[in-house]
Amino acid sequence: MLRTLRALPTMLRVGLAEAVAYRAEFLVWLLSTNMPLVMLALWSAVARDAPVGRFGQKDFVAYFLAALVVRLMTGAWVIWELNHEIREGTLAFRLLRPIHPLVAYACENVAAMPLRLALSLPVAAVLLFTMGGAHITHDPLLLALFPITVVGAWLITFLAMSIVGALAFYIDSAGSVFEIWMGLFGVFSGYLVPLELFPRWVTLLARALPFRYMLAFPVEMVIGMQSRALALAELSVQWLFVGVLGACALGVWRLGLRRFAAFGG
Amino acid sequence: MKRYLRLLGVQLRASTTIALQYRVEFLGEGALALFWAFWSLVPLLVVFGHRPAVAGWSFEEALVVMGWFTLMKGVLEGAVNPSLTSVVEHIRKGTLDFVLLKPADAQFLVSTAKFEPWRVVDVLAGLAIFAVAFHRMGRLPAPTHVLAALTLLVCAAVTLYSLWILVVSAAFFVVKVDNLSFLFSSIFDAARWPVTVFRGAWRVVFTFVVPIALMTTYPALALLGRLDIRAAALAVVGAAAFGAFARVVWARSIGHYTSASS
Repeated sequence: MLRTLRALPTMLRVGLAEAVAYRAEFLVWLLSTNMPLVMLALWSAVARDAPVGRFGQKDFVAYFLAALVVRLMTGAWVIWELNHEIREGTLAFRLLRPIHPLVAYACENVAAMPLRLALSLPVAAVLLFTMGGAHITHDPLLLALFPITVVGAWLITFLAMSIVGALAFYIDSAGSVFEIWMGLFGVFSGYLVPLELFPRWVTLLARALPFRYMLAFPVEMVIGMQSRALALAELSVQWLFVGVLGACALGVWRLGLRRFAAFGG
Repeated sequence: MKRYLRLLGVQLRASTTIALQYRVEFLGEGALALFWAFWSLVPLLVVFGHRPAVAGWSFEEALVVMGWFTLMKGVLEGAVNPSLTSVVEHIRKGTLDFVLLKPADAQFLVSTAKFEPWRVVDVLAGLAIFAVAFHRMGRLPAPTHVLAALTLLVCAAVTLYSLWILVVSAAFFVVKVDNLSFLFSSIFDAARWPVTVFRGAWRVVFTFVVPIALMTTYPALALLGRLDIRAAALAVVGAAAFGAFARVVWARSIGHYTSASS
């Protein structure tokens, strides 16, 4: 444990250096997160004449810009690495190191965060100035909790990816499983459509699934669409998901590793 | 000409045989394509659940655009994407040598190297969406409109393919372009909406930079009989010019190929 903590700063530095080294590639990846902007344009067109539910044109702008920021800050790509390394057998090198591979992956993903922040903060600034602050929650407690909800959202994303990625120990097409996960994410996280605008039963169902806590919850909280009591309740649900997924990830990882044969390694 | 048709037949057969070897994956990918085709209707249903029309498009008309999107996606991921991804791989590893040595046009060979037959599911799903849309409108598209739409489909495919050739040509200079393909599909995703929904900068990007308007909105308008003849003619001329441009760029870029491995 202590050893892992001591290694953390170095691993983060290495990760950051990697992200900077491939900055052009990094930029292209970021640019491909353009879905919130497309949905922003679409929903603004829909709300041009009259608001949809609680959402007027400006609310949609605030919602999807916030969604873009949260999405950029909660990006993870561990599944592709895991898939690749398990199949090619290069995971063996990671297993030799005295640090849990999941921690190492997490470091690599987190280390790119400063670069991501540098790109998403301007968006956040635009959001603040064009909306005149009217669409940012006025509750100081919720504003202070926002970073925690983003961390929780990132953890859920990362852990879910690790679990699906670890399926590569068992099956060849873990990528397809992840595609289904992404499909469900698109609808149940509020990424394409704010969850309130769905029929009521979908909204309720979304509350019981992890996807909402990866995106919609931090977004709705920070643009002030949630009361304090509701936000606190949802925060606990979010971290409950983090705990459950964390335990699952460790378990799946341990079981899967027994089957790992380092083909070709 | 006849020789190239025969070559195309051979390449198609090879791809199908390879695909059939992995039968479980074949079924899985087919099912996945079906899942995506219908799952991506969800936002459309929600939008039109709140409004009878958006930016002058009724639900049925927007459904026709969605049908074209699904169909073009099938074309993109079934016929265009796989081959050109493997070109990038060839350039990086230097194995493009083997293709260049063959006594046939290199652009033709690399463009037909790989097909993914299960993407036919997308095309069928697109046709099913058309059927539903026109059934709800209570009419059949006029034969002339179908003909115009088919012409525009060819234009759209040519444009899509030319864009891809340009991306691949970039690979001769910068090598790592596989994430460009990812960027491209993420932009192409916007083609599921009628282009008139977008305004300002997006409109410009979608009409001139990545002409997704030409790929889905125009064919849909043609099928609905709302496309005026001038726009259609412009689309045909534009697609042809774009194709010729891509061909020239490809011919020039291939001169920069240095066979990386040796």
